[in-house]
Amino acid sequence: MKIVVDFDACMSNAQCMRAAPSVFEVRDDGFLYILQEEPPESLRAAVEEAARLCPTQAITIEDGGAK
Amino acid sequence: MRSVVIVGASLAGVSAAKSLRKHGFTGSISVVGDEPHPPYQRPPLSKQFLAGTWDRPRVDLRMPDTLGVEWMLGARAASLDAYRRDVVLADGRRLPFEGLVIATGARARRPRWYAERAGAFMLRTLDDAIAIRDHVRAGARRFAIVGAGFIGSEVAATLSALGCDVTLIDIEPVPMLRVLGEPIARVCLRAHEAHGVRCELGVAVEGLTGTSSAQGVRLADGHVIDADGVVVGAGATPNVEWLDGSGIVLDDGVACDATGAARGIDRAVAAGDVARLDHPYYGSHRVEHWNNAITQADAAARTLLGGAVPHVAIPFFWSDQYDSKLQLVGLPSPTDTIRVVEGSLDAPRFVALYERDGVATAAFFFNSMHRVAAYTATIEAAAREATPAAAP
Ligand SMILES: Cc1cc2nc3c(=O)[nH]c(=O)nc-3n(C[C@H](O)[C@H](O)[C@H](O)COP(=O)(O)OP(=O)(O)OC[C@H]3O[C@@H](n4cnc5c(N)ncnc54)[C@H](O)[C@@H]3O)c2cc1C
Ligand code: SF4
Repeated sequence: MKIVVDFDACMSNAQCMRAAPSVFEVRDDGFLYILQEEPPESLRAAVEEAARLCPTQAITIEDGGAK
Repeated sequence: MRSVVIVGASLAGVSAAKSLRKHGFTGSISVVGDEPHPPYQRPPLSKQFLAGTWDRPRVDLRMPDTLGVEWMLGARAASLDAYRRDVVLADGRRLPFEGLVIATGARARRPRWYAERAGAFMLRTLDDAIAIRDHVRAGARRFAIVGAGFIGSEVAATLSALGCDVTLIDIEPVPMLRVLGEPIARVCLRAHEAHGVRCELGVAVEGLTGTSSAQGVRLADGHVIDADGVVVGAGATPNVEWLDGSGIVLDDGVACDATGAARGIDRAVAAGDVARLDHPYYGSHRVEHWNNAITQADAAARTLLGGAVPHVAIPFFWSDQYDSKLQLVGLPSPTDTIRVVEGSLDAPRFVALYERDGVATAAFFFNSMHRVAAYTATIEAAAREATPAAAP
């Protein structure tokens, strides 16, 4: 699983960080940082939740698996 | 269950379809929506789309190609025959269903004095936003914005950034007073003033001026605000008229239990702006925010599939005004005390907590997105603790 964020769409709303804090971090500069671009399968549910809650649909999960 | 009909083809309806598939539903899904457009996002309509920085395709709601639903767009549900379990469309067609998702959202509330005419706008749909944008492109420069809630405030900010001359009008003495409370609402007022938006506050609007086209608004104190365009943001009304007489219990929205099951009918659920759920923490409660539609749609899908779980997510919304990003998590009430916990109200960024009897009910973030996750956990824990019986 590979995380792709469309940084033009990302509004730094930090909803992804609530769902998957070990993958997404919004820092005090106001920008989103991806902590793991290829998180382990064990984080799939959390990452899918992050993608679902992202208000601007900025997160895509690439390769296999459900969306 | 083999067939589900979803009425409302916007965020809640599309999210329900996604969640039904995610939770294993393989039967047929039909989505009925009265707007002609494929599903789109509303938040950019007062922000990036109105500003012209996002074009039409950017506003589309993203969906997997594998969703497998039958779209019935430009089709309005006129009534519900709960006995035969048919959704009856305006053109007379009947759509039989086993499971029903009610996701008809809300529409802009129309003040009594409002009249349909050139240069007068409300903002709820893509067509509304296109109309306002076109009016600006056609040369309108002076705008009166009536209603300093979130949408009115965002429109004021966006139009002023486009170089328009904006007057923001509200009956309350500060913008967004009811949602945010006085001290924080004042921060928003300051932002408008700093950007040259004139604020006419604490005064009611009596009517539009101009006959064939809107030329401004007349205030209750006799004052007239001249404008080339008037945008009204006076809140929203849930779209429930099609359910009148169906047996479904209506109470400023569709009355639901905590899992999203609609009261008065079997195997029907509601989600999003139209739904009034019995929230385990907050009681009977209707929310008009983006994330709520997504999480309620998921609860509703699970309820329909037999795995009912209460919807416990706490309210969250954001608003972008000028260069500032505002977020609110939780449900403050007007009598809560407000305590700034990071920064200060004069600073370019701060975090404030709303508290009742020493318990945090909500958190407000001003340019402090990096703190949202941490305080959301605090607010969630406090809400859960305050309601021991409801803990999932
Ligand atoms: C300009 C604007 C800016 C916003 N900004 C923010 C923001 O910054 N942050 C935030 O959290 N929220 C924001 N919101 C709120 C957010 O967009 C809504 O909470 C969300 O759209 C709710 O989704 P919904 O699917 O429940 O309802 P809706 O989006 O209202 O969709 C309901 C759909 O059902 C259709 N429908 C209604 N009746 C029928 C019928 N009888 N038959 C068929 N179809 C029907 C409607 O036409 C509509 O397409 C904003 C809203 C607006 C209008
Ligand atoms: S939820 Fe979406 S918009 Fe918000 S920070 Fe994460 S990727 Fe960006």
